[in-house]
Amino acid sequence: MECTLDAQSLISISLRKIHSSRTQRGGIKLHKNLLVSYVLRNARQLYLSERYAELYRRQQHYPDGAPLLAMPACPPPAAAAPPELAGLPLPADTQDREARSCAAVRGGAELLEVPVCAAPPELQRAPCRDSSPGFYRAAGSAGPGGGGSTPPGLLYAAGCDFGSGGAPHCSSRTTVLDLDTHVVTTVENGYLHQDCCSQCPCCCQPAPGLASPPPTPGTKRKYSPGQEEEEEEGVEEGEPGGGGVAGGPPFAPCTKRARFEEYSAEHPQDSSNISNLISIFGSG
Amino acid sequence: ADIISTVEFNHSGELLATGDKGGRVVIFQQEQENKTQSHSRGEYNVYSTFQSHEPEFDYLKSLEIEEKINKIRWLPQKNAAQFLLSTNDKTIKLWKISERDKRPEGYNLKEEDGRYRDPTTVTTLRVPVFRPMDLMVEASPRRIFANAHTYHINSISINSDYETYLSADDLRINLWHLEITDRSFNIVDIKPANMEELTEVITAAEFHPNSCNTFVYSSSKGTIRLCDMRASALCDRHSKLFEEPEDPSNRSFFSEIISSISDVKFSHSGRYMMTRDYLSVKIWDLNMENRPVETYQVHEYLRSKLCSLYENDCIFDKFECCWNGSDRQVIVMTGSYNNFFRMFDRNTKRDITLEASRENNKPRTVLKPRKVCASGKRKKDEISVDSLDFNKKILHTAWHPKENIIAVATTNNLYIFQDKMN
Repeated sequence: MECTLDAQSLISISLRKIHSSRTQRGGIKLHKNLLVSYVLRNARQLYLSERYAELYRRQQHYPDGAPLLAMPACPPPAAAAPPELAGLPLPADTQDREARSCAAVRGGAELLEVPVCAAPPELQRAPCRDSSPGFYRAAGSAGPGGGGSTPPGLLYAAGCDFGSGGAPHCSSRTTVLDLDTHVVTTVENGYLHQDCCSQCPCCCQPAPGLASPPPTPGTKRKYSPGQEEEEEEGVEEGEPGGGGVAGGPPFAPCTKRARFEEYSAEHPQDSSNISNLISIFGSG
Repeated sequence: ADIISTVEFNHSGELLATGDKGGRVVIFQQEQENKTQSHSRGEYNVYSTFQSHEPEFDYLKSLEIEEKINKIRWLPQKNAAQFLLSTNDKTIKLWKISERDKRPEGYNLKEEDGRYRDPTTVTTLRVPVFRPMDLMVEASPRRIFANAHTYHINSISINSDYETYLSADDLRINLWHLEITDRSFNIVDIKPANMEELTEVITAAEFHPNSCNTFVYSSSKGTIRLCDMRASALCDRHSKLFEEPEDPSNRSFFSEIISSISDVKFSHSGRYMMTRDYLSVKIWDLNMENRPVETYQVHEYLRSKLCSLYENDCIFDKFECCWNGSDRQVIVMTGSYNNFFRMFDRNTKRDITLEASRENNKPRTVLKPRKVCASGKRKKDEISVDSLDFNKKILHTAWHPKENIIAVATTNNLYIFQDKMN
C-alpha cells in the first residue's frame, strides 16, 4: 500500500490521537480508540521488524560482535518487502505468556509473526537461550540503572548502556511523547535493545521478583500513551500518566518514578501495551 | 446551523425527522399534493422543532455527556399523534408529537386572554366551544429510558411487535418495552472480563423487519451476528455469523479500520441485509454466511489515501446506507465526500454519483452525474481525488418508504431530491 508515512510517524500520530481523545467532549470513544490501537500495533510491528532487519544486516557486517548480535529472531526479511501483515494477532491473542516463549520467537508466528521470524530453526533455538537473555537483560536494566548487573556469561551489557553511545545497531529514531508539554519528538540514535526487550519478553529474564503479572484493570498503572516509546527510549523524562480515569480530566502526570526500574525490566508485551491503552478506555 | 447527525422518514413518508449535534430535532412535513403543481410532489416544510436532549454531566465518572442525537426512529402511527424515539450517547427518549388546531373559547369565568373575570359581572352562562386556531405542533417527552448504558449508544431499533425496542452501545445491547422505563433486559454483552482483552465493539444493531425474535449486530471487525432471542435470554452466542475473509493483498496498516462496519440495514422483506464499511457497501443474503452476495465500491480511489485520511481523522467517519423504499429492493444509496452520494442499482449493476450542493445544482434541475478521476488524465468535468473536499461529507441519507424521494444530509444542510416526474 502506498503510504507516505513510515511506521514511526504513524506511531506518533496514533499516540497523539489517543492522547487528545482523553480531553474530547463526551468521554473516550471506545470504538475509535480501539481502531487507533490496531494501527498502533500494526505500525509498531512493522517498525520493530524493520529494526530487527537492520540489526541482522549490521550483524552481517560486523561479525565480531556477532555472538550477541545474533538475534535469533531476526533473519532479514525477504527483499525488504513490506511485511505482510497477514495474520497479525489480535491484542488478545498475545496475552498468553506461554505463547510468548522462545517458541514464539522460533517462528510460532504469534508474536513476531511475519517474515521476520522465518529464520532457520537452528539459528534460533540455541542463541535464544544463551545470548539473548543476557543481551536483553542488560538492555532491560540499562535504562534506569545504567548497566545494571550482568548475568553470568553475558558480555554485552556495557555496549547497550545508554551512556555508551550505543552499539552500531542502536541507531534509529524513536518517538517520545512528553506528557507534560504534550510534545511529540522523534529522537535520533535511539536504543534498539529496549525494543528487543519488549518484543521477546521470554528472553528478558528480569531478576526474580521484578516480573509482575499483567496489570489488572482498574489498578492505577503508570502506563501512558507515551509509555511505549518512553520505555524504548529509556529516557526518564515525561512522567507516565496515571491510568484509570476514562476521559474527562486532562492527563494528570503520575509521578511514580520509582516504579520505572521495575517496569522496564518487566515483560512489556507488545500486545499488553496496546491492551493497557484499551484498559484506559473502559469507562465502567 | 448545526451539524446534522441523523435523518429518518416516518413510516408513511409524510414526515422527515433530523437530529443534530446540538440535541435538537427538526421535523419536516410533506405538503399535500397540489393539483396545480402536478409536476412535483409536495415539498417538505418545517413542521416542528424541539430540543430533545441537553448536555449532561456524569459526576461519578467526570464525563460530559454529549447532547448530540445519534439516532431517531419513528414508531408506526396508531392514533392522531406521532411518536418517535431519539437517543444521544446515554439516554433514549420517546417523544409524542401532536397537533393542536382548535382551542376552547367562551369560558364563563375567564377572559380570552386568561384573566379571571369578576364573578359579579357574569350575567349569563354559556358553554365553551372549540374554535379553530393556527396549527400548533407540540412535542412532549412521554418516556425517558435512562441509565442503562455504560458506553455510547450507537443504535436503536424498534421491533416488529411495536412493543419493544433495542438499544445498542459499544459492548452491550438492551431490550426495552416502550411502556417501561425503569427496567431493561440485557440481551448481548460482549464486554470481556478483562478489558485489556477487548478486540471488537458493537457498531450497529437492528431488529429483523418481520421476525420479532431476530436481530443482527455488526462489529468493528467487519462481522455481523444474527441472534435469535428464543434461543436464550442472553444472546451472546450468535445463530449466524456473517463474515467475509479478508483479501490478503489489500492488507495495510488500516485494514482493521476500514473493515469496521458503520451501518447495517435489513431490506424490507428481511431476506437481505446491507452493511457499510469505509470503502464499500455489501449486500448479504441471510441464508449465506460466508460472503456477501454483492459488493459495491463506494470510493475505491481512497484506498491509496488511507494514510492522510487517518491523519485527518476522516477514516473514522461512519457512513450510513439505505435501501430504496419500494417493495422491490433494487437500489442502495450511501454517502461519500465532497458532498457526493452514490446509488447502486442491483439489477443493472449501474451506479451513479450525484452531488448535493447549492452552487452546483439549481432547484428543480436534474442533477448532473459526477465522476471522480482516480488517476491519470482527468477528463473534462471529472474531479480529481486530490481536489475532493473531505470536510464535505454525506454520512446520513434516507429514502422515502414509498416514493422515490430521498433526503441527503450534508454537514449543515438537508437536501431533498425526487425523481423526475413527467
